[in-house]
This record gives sequence, C-alpha cells and structure tokens, in this order.
Amino acid sequence: MISFILRRLASAVPTLFIVVTISFFMMRFAPGGPFNLERPLPPQTMENLNRAYGLDLPLWEQYLRYLSNVVHGDFGPSYVYRDNTVDQLIAMGLPYSIKLGLLALLLALIGGVAAGTYAALRQNSLTDLLVMSVSTVGVTVPNFVVGPVLTLVFAVILAWLPAGGWGDGSLRFLILPMIALALPQLAVFARLMRGAMIEALHADHIRTARAYGLPARTVIVTHAMRAALLPIVSYLAPCAAGLLTGSAVIESIFSIPGVGRYFVIGAINRDYTLVMGTVVLIAIFVIVFNLVVDLLYGLLDPRVRHE
Amino acid sequence: MTARTNMKSRTAQAATATGETILAVRQLKVVFDTPDGAVEAVKGVDLDVRAGETLAVVGESGSGKSQTMMAIMGLLAANGRASGSALYRDREMVGLPIKDLNTIRGDKITMIFQEPMTSLDPLYPIGRQIAEPIRHHRGGTAADARARVLELLELVGIPEPARRIDSYPHELSGGQRQRAMIAMALANEPDILIADEPTTALDVTIQAQILTLLQSLQKRFGMAVVLITHDLGVVRHVADRVVVMRRGEVVETGTTRAVFDAPKADYTRMLIDAEPSGEKAPPALDAPVILQGRKVRVDYKIAGGFLKKSGLFTAVHGADIHLRQGQTIGLVGESGSGKSTLGRALLKLTPSSGRVLFDGRDISGFDRKAMRPLRRDMQLVFQDPFGSLSPRQTVGEIITEGLYVHEPQLSKAERDARAVAALQEVGLDPTARNRYPHEFSGGQRQRIAIARAIILKPRLVVLDEPTSALDRSVQGQVIELLRGLQASHGLSYLFISHDLSVIRAMSDYVIVMQGGQIVEEGETAALFSNPREAYTRALLSAAYSR
Repeated sequence: MISFILRRLASAVPTLFIVVTISFFMMRFAPGGPFNLERPLPPQTMENLNRAYGLDLPLWEQYLRYLSNVVHGDFGPSYVYRDNTVDQLIAMGLPYSIKLGLLALLLALIGGVAAGTYAALRQNSLTDLLVMSVSTVGVTVPNFVVGPVLTLVFAVILAWLPAGGWGDGSLRFLILPMIALALPQLAVFARLMRGAMIEALHADHIRTARAYGLPARTVIVTHAMRAALLPIVSYLAPCAAGLLTGSAVIESIFSIPGVGRYFVIGAINRDYTLVMGTVVLIAIFVIVFNLVVDLLYGLLDPRVRHE
Repeated sequence: MTARTNMKSRTAQAATATGETILAVRQLKVVFDTPDGAVEAVKGVDLDVRAGETLAVVGESGSGKSQTMMAIMGLLAANGRASGSALYRDREMVGLPIKDLNTIRGDKITMIFQEPMTSLDPLYPIGRQIAEPIRHHRGGTAADARARVLELLELVGIPEPARRIDSYPHELSGGQRQRAMIAMALANEPDILIADEPTTALDVTIQAQILTLLQSLQKRFGMAVVLITHDLGVVRHVADRVVVMRRGEVVETGTTRAVFDAPKADYTRMLIDAEPSGEKAPPALDAPVILQGRKVRVDYKIAGGFLKKSGLFTAVHGADIHLRQGQTIGLVGESGSGKSTLGRALLKLTPSSGRVLFDGRDISGFDRKAMRPLRRDMQLVFQDPFGSLSPRQTVGEIITEGLYVHEPQLSKAERDARAVAALQEVGLDPTARNRYPHEFSGGQRQRIAIARAIILKPRLVVLDEPTSALDRSVQGQVIELLRGLQASHGLSYLFISHDLSVIRAMSDYVIVMQGGQIVEEGETAALFSNPREAYTRALLSAAYSR
C-alpha cells in the first residue's frame, strides 16, 4: 500500500516534467508576448522590461532557468499582476476555489448518485424519463447561462440570496455559485449512475441475493450500489480536479477571488508564468486525485486492491 | 457402462424417498413481454417435489426448465409474468408479495446456480455473504453467524475455513466457489434446494466432487433437491425421478429407471440416444505426417508496471505432436491445461519456441506474412458460435471472406457458387447466405463456422471445443457432420475438448494434458480401456462413473 503510493508519486515526476515542458514551449510559440500592449511601448522600455524578466535570453536558457525555479517551488513573477509572484496569487486564490469546488463536488456527487439510483430503480417510467431529461438539460445548458439566470431569479427578483462576492464566506454567498458550478457535473453523475445501476441490478449475484430472501434495501444498497459506484469513482478524478481548481466563468460571474480566472487572464495577456503556474497546479490536482481515486477503487473493489 | 450398477443403488434409495409432496406446481405459465409481442416460455407445467427426493428437471436450452423454477422463486426478469399455481406446504408462491416470499426463499427453499463466479458478489468476502441469509432469516449476532459459517465451510469441504471465510470469490477456485454457494444454500437447513445446472461451468473432475458432496449433504439434511440440468449422465447418476421438458412443456415424468429404460416420449428417447457414439479408425500406416510439433513451448509474460517486476508463465511445457493425413488427434484437458494454447501455437497464432513443421516444411520462424499462403490449408473453428461470427456481415460474406485473400481471381458468380456448395455440404439451405448470424440457432451457427473453414478446402482443421456450447442432440449432429467432411475431404483434425465422450467418438488418437504438460497419449481405444496415469484415470472415472 505505502509502496504503491510512493511508486505512484514517483511516477508523477516525469509526468509533471512533460507537462511543464510542453506547455512552456507551446506558450512561447504563441504569437505576441506579455508586453505587447495595444499601444506599443517605446523600444527602449520594451528592451529593459525583457531584460528585467530574462526574456532576452535564448529560449533554452529561459527554459532551464524556469525548470530549476519550478523544482524549488518558485513559479516566478506575474507579468500582469506586477506586484505579486505567481506563488502569491495562487496562495491567495486557491482557498476560495477549493472551498467552492468542494461544496460543488459534494452537491454533484450526492445529487447525481441519488437521482441516478432513483431513475434506475424506475427504469423506463415517467420519473426516469423526467430525471434523465433534466440531466440532459443540465449537461447542455452552459454555466454562463445558468449563473446569470440563478442570480436573476434568486438574487434580483426574489432577493433571497446575495448576487455575488465572497462576503464573509458563509453559505449564503456560496449557494448560487455552488449550484451553477455543480449542475453540469451533477447531470453527468446522474447519467453515469443510472447506467451503472441498471447494469448492476442485472448481475447474477443480485439474483442470488433476491433468491435468498434478502430485503430490497439490502439488495440495492449493499450489493447493487457498491458495484454501481465504481464508474462514478473513476469519473471523480477529472471532475474533482476541474472543480477544485476553479472555474473562470463562475468566478467571474459571481466575483469570487479564486484561481479560476488566472488561466484565462494569463492566456490572453501572454502572462507566461501565470499560465504555467496554473497548468502545473491543475496537473498536480489531476495526479493527486487520480491517486486518491485508485485508492478509493481498491477500497470498493477487492479485485484491484493494492498489496 | 457403469450406469447399470448405479441404477441399482438408486432404486434402493428411491424406495426410501417416498415422502409427501412439499411443492406442487400446477399449470404454471411464464410469459415474457418482448418488443415482438408476448412469448410463452413455460406453457402450463405440472410437477411435484416430494420431501427428501432428488428430482431432475431435464431439457435442452429453451425448454423452460430454468424459467419454471425462477417463476416459483419470484426471480423472473422484469418483463416476465407467471400464472398458475405453485403450492409450497399449502402456501401459494405464485403472486405472493415479495415480503412474504422473502420468508420462504433463502430459508425454506434455496438455490445454487450455474456460474459460481458471477453468482457471488465479487465485492464481499464469502463469509459475509453466507452469513447474510442466516442473520436475515434467523437473527442472532454477527459472531453467532460467523461461527455457523465456519461450520458450514468445514461441512462443504473448503480447506482452511478459518482463513477462507474472509476470502473474496475471485480468490477461490471454481469448485470452491460452488462449495461456498452450497454452504449458503444449506445455512438455514432448507426443505428444498434448487440446483440450476450446478456443475455445467466446472471441470469434469470437479463436477464429480460437487455432485458427490450434494448427495452426501442431502442424505445428512434430508432435504429435497431439484436438479435442473441438460446432462443426462448426471441425471442417471443422482436423480430419483425425472421430469423431461421441451419447449415449455413437460413431455415425460417418471422414476429415473423407468424413464431411462423405457422412455415413453420420442423426445426423451432422442435425448438418451444423443450421447455421442461411434469411433474413428486410425489412418493408413503410410499416411504422411501433415503437422509436426517438436518441443513446442509457450511462455506468457506477466506484465509488470513502473518499478515493478514482470514475471513469466509457462502455458505449454515442450509438447511433441505428430498429426497424420486423415487423422484426428483429440486433445483433452481441464481448463488451464494449455490445450487451446498448444492448438494456437501449432497454427502459429501465438508466439512459441520449439519447432513446428507443416507438410514437412519448418514454419517455426515464419512471420504473419510468410504464414498467409499457408493459412488456407490450416483452418480454425471456435467454441462459441455466437462470438466468432461477425454480427454485421451476412452469412455469405462471412464464409466467402477467405476466398478474397486466397483465391482473388474468382469472379463474383464463382464465389457465390462456392458459398452455395459449402453451405449445402454443412447441411444448411443455401438461401442462408443472404441472412445474418443472429437469425440462426447455435448449432446452425456452428455449421456456418465450419462452412467458413471448409470453403477454402483446407487440409488441417483445428477444432477448439466446437461442440461445447451446443445441446447434446445438436452436438451429435455436428459430430456427424465433422466426421462426414473428414471422410470426403481427407481432412486432418486437431480436436480440442474437455468432453471425453465427444473425444472418444471423434478421434483415433488422444493426448491428455494437465498443467501445460502432456501426461499421457495413445490410441483412443487403448487409452480409454487402459489408462496408465492416475490423472487420466481420474478424468475417465469422473466422466464415466455415471
């Protein structure tokens, strides 16, 4: 078990190296640079800036320098937010994104599993159709529509909840962004769960459990649901990594000071270091959650347990 | 052969099993609602189960024998409906609400199933699963239930029960899993145990052990056993009374002796006669050797991972084989014996070491491209006629596909003529070539697979369990067909099977494999009448003690 975790963490190093390398060069081959503003800077200023940030060095030297900084945990200064380093920006924004993301993940998971199970147990009935139609809507309607509509209804018209901002971080402020962020994932979970549950209910060992007179609740919860959760758990890793590293759209609509916006702002302004920092952050989350999911998988399914 | 003597001991037992009727099924019907309308799977079945007896319900696939029991137990699929009556000790089970049904099933009436792997939940230790119905029906603490489970595991002969109680199904062998299922079935000392093809998925030597176990436990607990099976050998061996079913109806009921000695229904007689018979004469002494394997060895790499060691598994340990023109070599063994792997290695379909000679040419070093012209001479027929035919091609396309590669000069009309001829040869209507595989039965599909092989006029055909997925009566027809084709085309067969009666009817030479090694070989008649090795004897006695 411990050796499995260590092995997996060790294998993350080459993965991260490849991610850093590819995104570094892709970013650099994109036209423009951090100081190409609408009104061009005087050549002298441009030169000074480039020198100050080391952008005048040959590309491979910049790459090596960046690599050695990253190894030491230093993502460098931001070109857009000139008063801050990328590390500072992430440290400031990440807690907001994680808190919102975790809540949204919980909502999506619980809601999706419940809705999917409910639909599966009433396969092809009207309620099943209804749950599945709603979840199709959940997947297809983009969150930049869901967000403003929620704000309009619950903040503007009904005035039950604040329209945006973090406030004191209490649940009141988080409900609307949480729902907007969770909805598409909830729909995905519901569809996955329905399919997996229908399949699980057809398994031979479910017939055995029924043949032995076990009550419906035991058959469904103990025997069918555990098997049906396996595909859900597999999807958990990319989903959690996506939600916890913040959503640019949701954080902008609800004015939440998370890290989600940095990727878009950084990419538009060619803020090399900020984009790189965000990419590495997301990569780390994906790797960590994949590991967590593999461990969870082993917990649920003895056949893939790691000795 | 030994059936007669067994019958005697059965009659002695049958006399003691004159208990009262505890399950009376009358006019039981099962209907399935399908998109094509209602399908009647069981059409008014009457049968009685008496206390302490063994009742065999016999029939081929589609006879409704399983669905009859499923209906009684309330286990029909969602689109199935049961009507009629099934009285268990004066309680009507058909239409009983689930809640009330749950007081009978798992307590008074229990079941074991064909596939012990999938019938147990893979996610829980067997001990927990066996304890579940005990605690549900009898109550008591978890510790009591665990003690009872230990007792049961001991009783059904699982080694080291204290350790095995916490094992997961995938950690047990097939036979052990079925033993665990039996332990679960016995836990509440039921009145009736329904065994639905309990040994079909097991190797013959394990089959015999499980049947013996079931018999001894039945004697000890005095329960009635309803044995659902297609295997008449098993029936003859263990049943007191027999119900023969066909297409949802009971065609004959009687004591085992009466049914086997003087079957009243034509169908029953046909089933009994369907046991493979006949033998094959060896080829002429001067017949040339067509396929030769010398020290053929197959190793599989067990994949390692990042920072993880990989291993090596030897599936075949250096086998020698000489197949002559017109000969049939039967390759026998239980699952995992390496018989299929050896067959594939000889066809160069799996990497192997050692030497393989085809028609005197050394083909050991041939790659895929070099093998291609030889492929038409060496064909392969698989076990599963459902999985081995593409569902998206017509039968005509399937059987003529090889002609495109090996005889590309043929015109469309010539290819079609060859397809017609091949289909006629395997006993199918030539119009079949415009239809799709799913429109055919298992036996017909296997004929299509054979037509695909012989259309190329091969010299060697490797038959990998070609009859194992088929009903006995269909099996007999396929064996006849294969024998006929061999005689008319001078084919050489490598016939791979776990079924000794089929091997005996098909081959003139037999090779017995175990654990990747050839343990014994010889001419069929000699090997069957006088086996030298203990393993061969065990196989034979397991298959023929019925």
